[in-house]
Amino acid sequence: MKYVIIGNSAAGIGAAEKIRQLDKTGEIIIVSSEPHHTYSRPLISYLLQGKTDEQRMKYRDDAFYERNKCILLAGKTVTRICPYEKYIELDDGETIPYDKLLVATGSSPFVPPIEGLDTVSDKFTFMSLADARKIQAALGREKKVLILGAGLIGLKCAEGILDKVGEITVVDLAPRILSSILDDEGAAIVKAHLESKGIKFILSASVKNFDGNIARLSNDESVGFDILIIAVGVRPNTKLLAGIAEIDRGIIINDKCETSAKDIYAAGDCTQTTDVSSGQSKIMALLPNAYMQGECAGANMAGGDMSFDKAIPMNAVGFFGLHIITAGTYQGDVYIDKRNGEYKKLFYSPDKLNGYILIKNVEKAGIYTSLIRERTPLSSIDFSLICEKPGLMAFTREDRSRILGGAVL
Amino acid sequence: MKRVYVNEKWCLGCHLCEYYCAFAYTGEKDMARALKGVRINPRIKLEEKDEITFAVSCRHCKEPLCVKGCITGALSVTDGVITINRDKCISCFTCILCCPYGAISYTDDKTVLKCELCIKTADKTPACVKGCPNGAIVFEERG
Repeated sequence: MKYVIIGNSAAGIGAAEKIRQLDKTGEIIIVSSEPHHTYSRPLISYLLQGKTDEQRMKYRDDAFYERNKCILLAGKTVTRICPYEKYIELDDGETIPYDKLLVATGSSPFVPPIEGLDTVSDKFTFMSLADARKIQAALGREKKVLILGAGLIGLKCAEGILDKVGEITVVDLAPRILSSILDDEGAAIVKAHLESKGIKFILSASVKNFDGNIARLSNDESVGFDILIIAVGVRPNTKLLAGIAEIDRGIIINDKCETSAKDIYAAGDCTQTTDVSSGQSKIMALLPNAYMQGECAGANMAGGDMSFDKAIPMNAVGFFGLHIITAGTYQGDVYIDKRNGEYKKLFYSPDKLNGYILIKNVEKAGIYTSLIRERTPLSSIDFSLICEKPGLMAFTREDRSRILGGAVL
Repeated sequence: MKRVYVNEKWCLGCHLCEYYCAFAYTGEKDMARALKGVRINPRIKLEEKDEITFAVSCRHCKEPLCVKGCITGALSVTDGVITINRDKCISCFTCILCCPYGAISYTDDKTVLKCELCIKTADKTPACVKGCPNGAIVFEERG
């Protein structure tokens, strides 16, 4: 059996590990545009911050490919998939046949077509190790940085470089920061924290045009800068499957991680699948889902039978020591707890937890995540107790004994 | 594989498992000296409410959501035991987001803590099991 995996991040690695677990002899080829050993993409901000280095940020150890008998073709880009003849074509003209193919191509930074962007000399996106290296080289104590986008990528970048530059201004079209994971009130808490560290925000504003090192904003303010970082969002890399498999915004996959094309699977940030907390089909570009989709695809590619039907949006992130964990969909009735400077919101329907936001105290958050993911009937637990404090105490003694591994009653 | 199991019925709520756990990771010889006046950070933790008490520690799951979700590759499985590579961990707490048991915690300085099964000792029994005065915590194979 010949397995080809396009992509060398979480989804691709998840697939390779699972395939090798089930098929000891099949050939596994991993093709990656980036010329690197697999690395943890979210760590690029920690790299800038000096909290990790290129060796420690490797997602798997140095012996990974050898141990798993994987051939890594790094620095090569797939230009075409030929689904009938079952081979892929690389940018150097080489063709590689496959029996089972995984598309785990991830996403790319979206660069909006802003007038005058071509007049900006030091402009970067923040998605890859290469981006991080370029930004690192451009940093300087006197430099002013303008970050477009107050999402996770933009703000992690801000945290990473804050003490290495003169000042940072973050501009976002949305009226609040981290708009994809926080509500207004939670966002205000995190924003105040970031402001206390010295980051400036201009919200509900966009850049009308650039003129060299000056950005003119929609609110008529002007911001001077030396370094521009564009972090307004990402787009799934779906191009290779255009005309081959069903694509909406992302590549459509079922719970086996199969695309609509025979013997072609997809996993990770390039895909779109059902969010079980809302029932909606969406792109959930986050690392745990990517790994688990890759693993699921790998199992099925290797003749196993695995489903991944529990994807939900979820994030754990910290900024300067303030931790945030969120998951699910913010719909339904709301339980709020703001004691002790903490911030907790739980969103629930009559019998299901749909989502939550925790800021500062994030202990045992996974118990809430599990209630969402498993669609646990809230009538089967002590919901008022679990609202107050996540714990297995809220389950019945029988459920707890099952959950904790069948302790003899 | 042998795992730590807690029999809630026999748990006295004495917290000794927490102390033995914290002590096991200090590398010290004398427990009183090692833990006196110290705010302990055990990897096994009691849940308690009214008359009910039970201890929770890492289940060392066969399909560990924490390992699969770990964004850095710091969590891995070796011979069934889930361990954490502190060199690689950057305290993002994605493991805490993922663990359905609430079995992964963190210290004041944001170090991630979990049971790494302290069985490399002479009698190959985890400290919490050895220290439980009522036999409520056992280390056994349950398939």
